Amino acid sequence: MIDWTTVSDLIGLLNDWIVIILMMTGFYIVIAQHNLVKKVVGLNIFQVSVFVFYITMGKIDTGSAPILKEGISVYSNPLPHVLILTAIVVGVATTALALALVVRINHSYGTIEENEIQTIEHDEEDVA
Amino acid sequence: MPTSDPWLILLVVVPLLAAPVCVLLRNASAAWSVATAVAWAVFAIAIKLLMTVLDQGQATYRIGGWDAPWGIEYVLDPVGAFVVVVVAAIGAITLPYAKRSVEKEIRHDRIYLFYAMLLLCLSGLLGITVTGDAFNLFVFLEISSLSSYVLISLGQDRRALTAAFRYLIMGTIGATFYIIGVGMMYQMTGTLNIADLRTIMPAVIDTRTVHAALAFLTVGISLKLALFPLHMWLPNAYTFAPSMVTAFLAATATKVSAYVLLRIMFTMFGDVDLFETFPLQPILITLALAAMFLASLSAIWQENVKRMMAYSSVAQIGYIVLGIALATESGLAGGIVHIFNHALMKGTAFMALGAIIFGTGAVTLKDLEGIGRRMPMATAAFVIAGLGLIGIPLTPGFISKWQLVMAALELDMWPLAALILLSSLLAVIYVWRVFEVAYLRPSPAGVRAPNEVPLSMLLPTWLLALAGLYFGTHATFTLDLAHTAAQHLMGGL
Repeated sequence: MIDWTTVSDLIGLLNDWIVIILMMTGFYIVIAQHNLVKKVVGLNIFQVSVFVFYITMGKIDTGSAPILKEGISVYSNPLPHVLILTAIVVGVATTALALALVVRINHSYGTIEENEIQTIEHDEEDVA
Repeated sequence: MPTSDPWLILLVVVPLLAAPVCVLLRNASAAWSVATAVAWAVFAIAIKLLMTVLDQGQATYRIGGWDAPWGIEYVLDPVGAFVVVVVAAIGAITLPYAKRSVEKEIRHDRIYLFYAMLLLCLSGLLGITVTGDAFNLFVFLEISSLSSYVLISLGQDRRALTAAFRYLIMGTIGATFYIIGVGMMYQMTGTLNIADLRTIMPAVIDTRTVHAALAFLTVGISLKLALFPLHMWLPNAYTFAPSMVTAFLAATATKVSAYVLLRIMFTMFGDVDLFETFPLQPILITLALAAMFLASLSAIWQENVKRMMAYSSVAQIGYIVLGIALATESGLAGGIVHIFNHALMKGTAFMALGAIIFGTGAVTLKDLEGIGRRMPMATAAFVIAGLGLIGIPLTPGFISKWQLVMAALELDMWPLAALILLSSLLAVIYVWRVFEVAYLRPSPAGVRAPNEVPLSMLLPTWLLALAGLYFGTHATFTLDLAHTAAQHLMGGL
């Protein structure tokens, strides 16, 4: 027998599943990838999962934008949406700075592969 | 009706607005003058706020006139006032020092941008401390973090770039964990105001969402705090950052994170028995002890003295967290007073190292042979700081360790008290290594007399070192303040 309440719960929480999948995907990429640009991509996916999380939180079924108008009585909560605008801006700044650092790392090391950079740094320490 | 204290917002807005002014000036000395003037103004405001808070219990400011919990509220209680004064004081003392040090270490056409970043960082750190809103705290956390990544990347060595990048990755994960936690809390409580969260928390504490939120908040902030084993970003960042940046960040950034940890555990979750519901105490004590021992052991093996002091910072954070983990009034007072004492000592240590770098260009143990005779003033300041790290009587380190040992004894945790003392012996070893090289070995042949270290660098270093000795011998004021702060946290005032 199929337990329909469980199934509808699973589907009803679709956004949350997406959040978790994105979050873990991004987190894994940050940890596992050696390429610095891919790390930044992973970090972005990780952050986007949080955006989806906040946006989902504020949305109410059949809820409309919080504008006073005849015939609308159910509103979505605009606060999490506004909060996440701020977080998106912070995310853009972080990405810009991270990429700027990658450019300069590439400039001075000639590579953006973390393991190659570590070998270079290790050799340097032996010399020093 | 609580009175609105406009100084609270000025504390954040003044440095925030001064940062773009520095960029517009496009001139190194003008930017430095603005930054220094602002840092001292901020310090004056911080002192004024401390007076107000000690007098009235707390200070508040409602942004845009909106009442909390709807609007963002800035609140300063004794704990916050204490941290604000520490941060502002370090800013005010390190800026005069910065002028010559930065001129030597940073490319001339970037100096005005350096001061703009420094002001942003200062503004962010102060903002974290005064805000009463959990999401606003995240914004300030990111303002201070993003600017500190830039500051670190300005180091001369190219490894500064990779250190900054690694810090950026780990710092962003930490901050993102923090907003996940805040989001979950908002889902359960419908509020972001920290005081409001506190009153609603007991009703929702038994839900899994709040448990997960607590986990995310704690781990996220522990990353920022560099609590062992999440400290991997710290040693390289401190080693390769410009001297001034290391001195400033080592004395402020991790301290502010410790403050956020206090806020989460004793204000947001202040009305629930956090330490009885969750096994927080054994976890935090284990991590704190691991930091105290393993980081100190790592420090002993370092050849670069800046990196040695960075590992020592990780160990000292262990003491602060240990105080928090004891969750008694004396324990918290020990942790809080160590925030102040460690800021004094590590600030002095890194400033003295910066002065030595100014004279010799490097601070590996090999470079420091006979440095005690070549640069007596800078080395002596470093030794005072080193004694403080060990916790010799008359230094501030003694006060905090004494307080922590007493707190452990109050709880009948004899082994813990013994371990605190034992870990101090490890500090003796690494400080002795530097002392031995600096004073007991001859200068290598052919090393000419060192370049003169400018007075503008020596004076602030010694000011901080003497302040350390003063607060090591006259501890009543700081200890009383720490006790008031701890009572405030425990008592749910």
